[in-house]
Amino acid sequence: MTKNAEHLSEFQIALRGFTQNRLAVSCAYVLLVLYAGALLAGFFAPYSFQDEDRNYSYAPPTQVKIFDNGRFVAPYVPGMKLTFDEYNARIYVIDPVQKYSIRFFVPGDTYRLFGVFPCRHHLFSVDSPGRIYLLGADARGRDVFSRLLYGAQVSLSIGLIGVFISFAIGLLVGGISGYYGGRLDNFLMRLCEMVMMVPGFYLLLALRAAVPDNFNSLQVYFAIIIILSFIGWAGLARIIRGMCLSLREREYVLAAKGLGLSDIKIIVRHILPHTLSYSIFAVMLSIPGYILGESGLSLIGLGIQDPYASWGNMLSDAMSIVRIKFAPWILWPAFCIFLTVACFNVIGDALRDCLDPMLKSEGENT
Amino acid sequence: MWRYAFKRLLVAVPMLLGIALLTFVLMRISPGNYLDTVRMDPQFSKETIARYEQLYQLDKPLFYQYVQWVKNLLRLELGYSFYYNVPVYKIIGERIWNTFVLSLAAFLLTWCVAIPLGIWAALNRNRFADRAIQFFSCIALSLPSFFLGMILLFWASQTGMLPLGGMHSPDYESFGWPGRLVDLLKHLAIPAVALSIGSIAALQRIMRGNMLEVLGQKYILTAHAKGLSQRRVVYHHALRNAINPLITLLGYEFSSLLSGAALIEIICGWPGLGSLMLTAVRSKDVYLVMASMMMGGVLFIIGNLLADIALAKADPRIRYD
Repeated sequence: MTKNAEHLSEFQIALRGFTQNRLAVSCAYVLLVLYAGALLAGFFAPYSFQDEDRNYSYAPPTQVKIFDNGRFVAPYVPGMKLTFDEYNARIYVIDPVQKYSIRFFVPGDTYRLFGVFPCRHHLFSVDSPGRIYLLGADARGRDVFSRLLYGAQVSLSIGLIGVFISFAIGLLVGGISGYYGGRLDNFLMRLCEMVMMVPGFYLLLALRAAVPDNFNSLQVYFAIIIILSFIGWAGLARIIRGMCLSLREREYVLAAKGLGLSDIKIIVRHILPHTLSYSIFAVMLSIPGYILGESGLSLIGLGIQDPYASWGNMLSDAMSIVRIKFAPWILWPAFCIFLTVACFNVIGDALRDCLDPMLKSEGENT
Repeated sequence: MWRYAFKRLLVAVPMLLGIALLTFVLMRISPGNYLDTVRMDPQFSKETIARYEQLYQLDKPLFYQYVQWVKNLLRLELGYSFYYNVPVYKIIGERIWNTFVLSLAAFLLTWCVAIPLGIWAALNRNRFADRAIQFFSCIALSLPSFFLGMILLFWASQTGMLPLGGMHSPDYESFGWPGRLVDLLKHLAIPAVALSIGSIAALQRIMRGNMLEVLGQKYILTAHAKGLSQRRVVYHHALRNAINPLITLLGYEFSSLLSGAALIEIICGWPGLGSLMLTAVRSKDVYLVMASMMMGGVLFIIGNLLADIALAKADPRIRYD
């Protein structure tokens, strides 16, 4: 069945506009890969996030070899020997005698696939006692690649959950404020302004101070999400309120009222859906804020604590800048943060471009 | 307009007190206070701790403490810092100034670079220069400022061209004023650049968009038809109208710089309000945290107010009375 252009719904038009933006679509694929990596971290990562070997502190990325004396062989990694130079700095030299083959789908540390099913098989690993560091090792000889994957679980999920909570609050507060108006509106908006009046990072620090020190890492994780959402909802609530102020004057709202629908149902079912096209790209554009907020907090040691990995706390190693010189691979988390933020920004911009005509036409109807 | 400014400031007062109350409650619902660390220290006797408790009224109920704090505030007393062992006002004044200097430098840098860049991009629309600027803006927008700060610090450590962190050199006092200024600028360079790259990218985009919109107007065509030079049309007719909407952003921009400055301060070791706040939060220094939050809010309000006034000055159609 073919569809004519006239029969496309507004969202189908928008979707078509989006798929024509090649950059945005490729960014969507990059994000898909990142989220898949986070979801299947245990499977893709050769080691667990806390599997350490102090003999390999700041070991450089392992070279994977497929040629042995000019002959094509199954992939293997050469062994590494630790020596010290005249200044007692560590130097890792390749030991040509030792060879450890890479094995696929081998049992290793147990982990939970999707966080539910206990599982032991990893995508790849090397014969012990050899170790494979695709992206190098950190101070305690933990695999940066594995930790990046486990860190993605924290850093990427915080954005999604945080944005969900703060948009739920923002939409509800904005909707109620705009629909009822009057004194309630005044009070709620002053509340918003109060939250917005403090520079975000200061508020972040103050809220973090209220979290007890004896929280375990899961509790800290949720505390950070709640803190970030607490800061994020106010800006959205103000914009949604502005939209609702005009939406509540429409005839269909009057009709719904006449039919005796309760106020909260009118807000949720009839008013808020009209702010959807704005909300969709606003969500995309505000996710980076949560990811950056978490990394910032973890970077200065107030977020996710070691041994658990998040992109921010992996980076805190690079705070002593001299380390960047002899172990530049500790900057990988920064690259991942950059990539994720860039993808969300590009997708958000693309969505805004193709949803904007709808916003404009909605504005004209009033 | 001055009446409007006064009214705005007056409205801000209860909000600031609200922020203080929020901070106060937050600091108190977390278990433990500064005296707990003192209690662990065998150097302090029980009597001293009891005296401290009485002095700071830590044994009184929460709301009473808050009311006391507000009463003291009216006498311009911000309380006592447990951690630094001096009254809060002695530390905080200098820190506010430092943060202000950093934010202002980043702010000026942003505007002085972004506006010409935006105009240039608009005039060369879709040509190579424009494409290159838009490409790099896209990257700069997504680059976390703390990462940029780290990279710049690393670069400075390798080349030795700029000092690594801090605000003054150790021998700062021995310089004359030109030497001091140069020293300050050298220390400012890294945090200010790290802070402003992202805002430059964002502002440049907006400026380009505004400029393109204005250049498409009929009166620009008229001006061209009158035979005015391109230069005159762009700088006299188009620029003024294109820059107006940006002034609304001014206050917002300044306050977001202030918030962003906190993290950069911590990374670059700039002795500002943000790094003070971190120490205070870590050591549960209640009054210092409250004062820092208040001052952050005050800077924010002043920034917004100045933006509103600038907007009214720039656009005669806007009346606040």
